[in-house]
Amino acid sequence: MLQEGENVVKLDDLLARRGEWLRGEGPESDIVMSSRIRLARNLADFPFVRLAGEAERRQITERVQAALADSPFSPELLPVRVDALSELDRHFLVERQLISREFGEGQGLRLVFIDRQERFSIMVNEEDHLRIQVMRSGLDLEPAWKLINELDDYLERHLTYAFDEQFGYLTACPTNVGTGMRVSVMLHLPAVVITRQMDQIFRGLEKLELVVRGLFGEGSQAMGDFYQVSNQISLGRSEQELIAKVGDVIPRIIEYERKAREFLMNESQENLHDRVSRAHGILKTAQTISSEETMHLLSSVRMGVHLGLISGLDTPALNELFLLTQPAHVQKLVGAELDSADRNIERARFLRKRLNT
Amino acid sequence: MKCQKCDRPATYHITELASGTPVELHFCEEHAREYLASGQTAPSDQMTQIAEQMAEHLVKHMVVGKAAEELKRLDQQTCPYCGISFHDFRHQGRLGCPNDYQAFREQLESLILNIHGETQHKGKRPSKGAEAAARRTELIRLRREIKEAVENEEYERASQLRDQIREIEEAG
Repeated sequence: MLQEGENVVKLDDLLARRGEWLRGEGPESDIVMSSRIRLARNLADFPFVRLAGEAERRQITERVQAALADSPFSPELLPVRVDALSELDRHFLVERQLISREFGEGQGLRLVFIDRQERFSIMVNEEDHLRIQVMRSGLDLEPAWKLINELDDYLERHLTYAFDEQFGYLTACPTNVGTGMRVSVMLHLPAVVITRQMDQIFRGLEKLELVVRGLFGEGSQAMGDFYQVSNQISLGRSEQELIAKVGDVIPRIIEYERKAREFLMNESQENLHDRVSRAHGILKTAQTISSEETMHLLSSVRMGVHLGLISGLDTPALNELFLLTQPAHVQKLVGAELDSADRNIERARFLRKRLNT
Repeated sequence: MKCQKCDRPATYHITELASGTPVELHFCEEHAREYLASGQTAPSDQMTQIAEQMAEHLVKHMVVGKAAEELKRLDQQTCPYCGISFHDFRHQGRLGCPNDYQAFREQLESLILNIHGETQHKGKRPSKGAEAAARRTELIRLRREIKEAVENEEYERASQLRDQIREIEEAG
């Protein structure tokens, strides 16, 4: 069993790397930030996590750890005891999307296995015993499915999953039962937001049993114009059907965004050029800046770069700025815990350094 | 630049196209949210929404479809493995163990139909199958019973239970 504190220091290694979903490569990566698939799984012989005591939680983590010990994935795996981490480190992992917010803020013994290249992570003792997730840069669902299916097959050889002929993979919440699968695609839709078409898209997707959520930041507010589209139902459709359900609609949303950008360029290129240049200017010169304002301005700059209105910046560098200016990342970069006012100063300093070289 | 509605700096710049010619609007976060919310459904928190839907469907189904006494009876049903009642589940929104799907199958079937529009799983299945899984889930009950037996000093029963546990565990 992994001891508290062990491996914690290795978290800092991640800071120096650019995780898979930030690579800024892959299909349609100017608009599609990342693709992600997660599977919810439970061991057949334990109560679900909410009823599992500390001893049972420990046994569950030991089982999973033993299952992964000799796996082809294990050399690249970093096991982290999340309950032993500082609040800052937990936020850091949430910002990198390696763990869910609920998992970060949860109670009791919990463990995450992080692939060092951040292609996948496995949370143990989240709402379900296992939450396996795979991330890919751009619109790239098939390779994501291939990898998560391999991980799941491997684990299944060493563990007995809770499974029912009628209801499929059994989960703590009936909303996840069946395949236990959620397919999500994260999109950057600044022009759709400017032209106020998000409402239309929301309603259209709802009819297709898809869910849209804002990404980054607390609650549902879409920070930096990032939206995540995912399937609402998990039972009664095969994994391939669910992937197609999400995957088929994404090109249509991309088309919306491209049309909106075209419209803005045709109708008011000066205004648009002005907007993105001012955003760039503020980011390059501000002395103190909140995370919110940074996201908002970076969103404009990101679109400006893709429309050829700003030069000298590329998608990977911009994607990285979205992550590195998040509150926990600013503090990890400085190497100290900071209050909000100091974070804003350090964030501005960091942005000036990155954008003025 | 200041927000059009207050003195805070404008961090949201919206181009309104509804009127035909683009109109620029500048708001602080609060007023931008207010403005956008007026014409646009905010992305609702998925889980809250689902939880609400669930509660709603449950109440409808149970109250409309069943007499109060029937509802009370269903609510009091408990899972012999983990011990939670259906009432517990309705209040927590989370099940207690895999056997709950067996213990509350009837109630959950209509709930699952409401959520997913289907009640039959399609797609991947573990190679060990459902029977092996159900047999292992019995361990939840047996482990609980052995604990009780030991606490009550029923050693003979505890020893029988231990053999049963061992048998299932050795089966894989």
